[in-house]
Amino acid sequence: MPDRGAAPPGAYAIELRGICKSFGAVRANHDIHMAVPRGTIHGIIGENGAGKSTLMSILYGFYRPDAGQVLIDGRAVAITGSQDAIRAGIGMVFQHFKLVPNFTVLENVILGAEDGPLLRPSLSRARAELRRLATEYGLQVDPDTPVQDLSVGHRQRVEILKALYRRANILILDEPTGVLTPPEADHLFRILRGLRDEGKTIILITHKLREIMEATDNVSVIRQGRVVATMPTQATTPEALAELMVGRKVLLNVDKRPATPGSPVLELRGLRMVDRDGVERLRGIDLTIRRGEILGLAGVSGNGQTQLLEILGGFPRNGARLSGEVLLNSQPLPLSGRGSDAGARRRAGIGHVPEDRQSEGLIMDFTAWENSVFGYHRQQRGALMDSAAIRRDTAARMERFDIRPRDALLPARSFSGGNQQKQVIAREIERNPDLLLIGQPTRGVDIGAIEFIHKRIVELRDAGKAILLVSVELDEIRALSDRIAVIFDGRIMGERDPATTTATDLGCLMAGMDPADVTGAAPLPPERKPAADRAEAAP
Amino acid sequence: MEPLPRWADMVLTPLISVLLAFAISALVILAIGENPWEALKVMVAGALGSSYGWGFTLYYATNFVFTGLAVSVAYHAGLFNIGGEGQAVLGGLGVALACLFIPWPHWSLALIGAGAAGALFGAAWALIPAILQARRGSHIVITTIMFNFIAAALLNHMLVNVLRPTGSMDPATRAFPPATHLPTLSQMAAGLGLDWGRHTPANVSLFVAVLACVLVWLLIWRTRLGYEIRAFGKSEPAALYAGISPTRITVLAMLISGGLAGLMAVNNVMGEAERLVLNAVEGAGFIGIAVALMGRNHPLGVALAALLFGFLYQGGGTLALFTQIPRELITVIQALVILFTGALDNMVRMPLARLFALHRKRGA
Repeated sequence: MPDRGAAPPGAYAIELRGICKSFGAVRANHDIHMAVPRGTIHGIIGENGAGKSTLMSILYGFYRPDAGQVLIDGRAVAITGSQDAIRAGIGMVFQHFKLVPNFTVLENVILGAEDGPLLRPSLSRARAELRRLATEYGLQVDPDTPVQDLSVGHRQRVEILKALYRRANILILDEPTGVLTPPEADHLFRILRGLRDEGKTIILITHKLREIMEATDNVSVIRQGRVVATMPTQATTPEALAELMVGRKVLLNVDKRPATPGSPVLELRGLRMVDRDGVERLRGIDLTIRRGEILGLAGVSGNGQTQLLEILGGFPRNGARLSGEVLLNSQPLPLSGRGSDAGARRRAGIGHVPEDRQSEGLIMDFTAWENSVFGYHRQQRGALMDSAAIRRDTAARMERFDIRPRDALLPARSFSGGNQQKQVIAREIERNPDLLLIGQPTRGVDIGAIEFIHKRIVELRDAGKAILLVSVELDEIRALSDRIAVIFDGRIMGERDPATTTATDLGCLMAGMDPADVTGAAPLPPERKPAADRAEAAP
Repeated sequence: MEPLPRWADMVLTPLISVLLAFAISALVILAIGENPWEALKVMVAGALGSSYGWGFTLYYATNFVFTGLAVSVAYHAGLFNIGGEGQAVLGGLGVALACLFIPWPHWSLALIGAGAAGALFGAAWALIPAILQARRGSHIVITTIMFNFIAAALLNHMLVNVLRPTGSMDPATRAFPPATHLPTLSQMAAGLGLDWGRHTPANVSLFVAVLACVLVWLLIWRTRLGYEIRAFGKSEPAALYAGISPTRITVLAMLISGGLAGLMAVNNVMGEAERLVLNAVEGAGFIGIAVALMGRNHPLGVALAALLFGFLYQGGGTLALFTQIPRELITVIQALVILFTGALDNMVRMPLARLFALHRKRGA
């Protein structure tokens, strides 16, 4: 492999000189300098809120920088809108795809790039072009399939094709693997390497260390709006990158003793759920979680995890039909009617850290003290709330959980993601539940807080509680769990011991394949789609 | 962008909005060839320049406090109750029935009893749209609007066919018995030896309105129910997560809201007319929406906004009496106030926020 780290001056596809951008008092980007050599894959890594997305939005013309210059192929350009960016040869693949679900691939590709008022000439030109791109870069997609019938991985390919069709020489991908299974991600990286070898320049934005190591030639680390390092990927390690991201050493592994599971706390027997549209989201779940044990539920999001958490937490979606049995401490829990609401579940001893803290776990306009009793606000008697006592408790809790700033009167939205999540976790853990449901405990949370949250979860386990952990972060599941169950399309595909399983093994299960069936070469992404995508694509 | 400081949000934005509305109104008055400064002087003199003017201003404001509180309680639950008008109409019916058919020994007991009846009728009228919303998903804005028309028709029927004294040509009930007559503020002032606001309708209901403000404040910010109402209004998924039943909150919030609108009848029906007439509510239900918007759904804000609209009502009447400016202009001014405080809120808020951000930057 040639050394792509060094490039002669003038050979840069993109050069950023002193880019600054502030939002109010927040410096999102501060004096950013970055040079991306042509024909390389350049990784940009940083924590959530470090300024990655702002930088890319400047490149794509969504924001104007307060100061600084953007050079494309050595020429200074003013990018004031996405049309300028496209003219300059920049193509963007967004985290959330911008595709019309009921249009075919071909129609999506020409959308906004039609040659004239009549579609036919554009379509036939696009068809020929797609055929060329498919053979050249391995970007096979059937041009006549409606996008809603494609798997997530294929939809992403359509986004890439859209950019290439617009003659993009520079591709920017924002967190492209967030929605992909590991095999799909591998396939994406193969495509990206192919594009690079054809001379395209690729910018890959991610907060996943593994992807940087696997896919990029050079990497820039952004911390608090500044570029703190740029170097060839081969010259660094994941640990070094992580340290640069947060500015200090971080334990990537969770420190924990082996589990000593006791009696079963939660038993699921043949749990099924059909949603209001008649789609079967859970197809007979059997699971047992014991005292003093963390069960990690791995899977690509949209395979039934959300529904499972909502049912156990006591708030299944409207119109859902449930069947099967749920036992808590050997007592059956009602699945509908009286005693099945979230309040009753809390009284029964189930704590719940929901997947989406901003729309479920917290009321963003409520103060920290108001949020500190959210869901438990009926557990004292009397019509009036004792706000003074709650405020005192909240202040003490903020101390224990190192929630910053320590101001119980601030609304939730004024706290950072990590400090919001700590408030939710603190509230649920300190009620000392028998069973704690945790969805995406560290989504959008900085590394320092992740470490803290993980530690607390393990402490709860060691106190003899049962924990159901749902996360799309495989690394998190592997680090925390005592046992891993993999869910795909509403079914448990298998259980694994985290000490002995591998990422490939779990990846196969997450993609709905039995690893025993897969031999030799890396598996291709599944054509079969989980139920969530079908519903998502529906108008 | 950073949010405004609380005081700026609560005080400065509504104030600027009102000033803008007044400025445009001034232009309109100029355009019809009158002097806006003179017009303002007439309005102030008419509404605030004498105890007589105050007596009317406070009477109108009392009505608007009730309907404004009604809209804001529902609003905290994320429900837009446009049905204050109809609920106040039904409240009037409840008050009238209680006053006419129960022999009250004293006005104070009558006030409590008739007030309860008015609140009950108003709450019942809000209950149907609430249940339709909670159980069937029928949008409460649509149903409450339609219930306004049904309320008007129902009142028409009751007055023409049921409650009208035989031989009367007037679609109204007979006068309430004297024991139910509420003391006016001027009578109360006279009791203290003061000559204040003779021949004005402001009455003891004003204190009921003030009490309602305090109770609503307690309800929304101090009780568990208020906490649940606010949580549900901010985020329904979060309410479900917290075990708060959407049906329960929708129904309770609408019952309270309708009850407050119905309670208005102690002022206009019992305190002023002392009988039930067809057009007793006079649009106060709709003004309540503007009052709640402008008062930021806070009882104190509602009270202040109600005073402003009371001033506009009374001042507008004087304006029509003493100048060539038609009475309809007051509707224009009210509409402008609603437009600026409600619909164009961000037009004032955004530049203000930018100004504050700039100021902070300099200060830092």
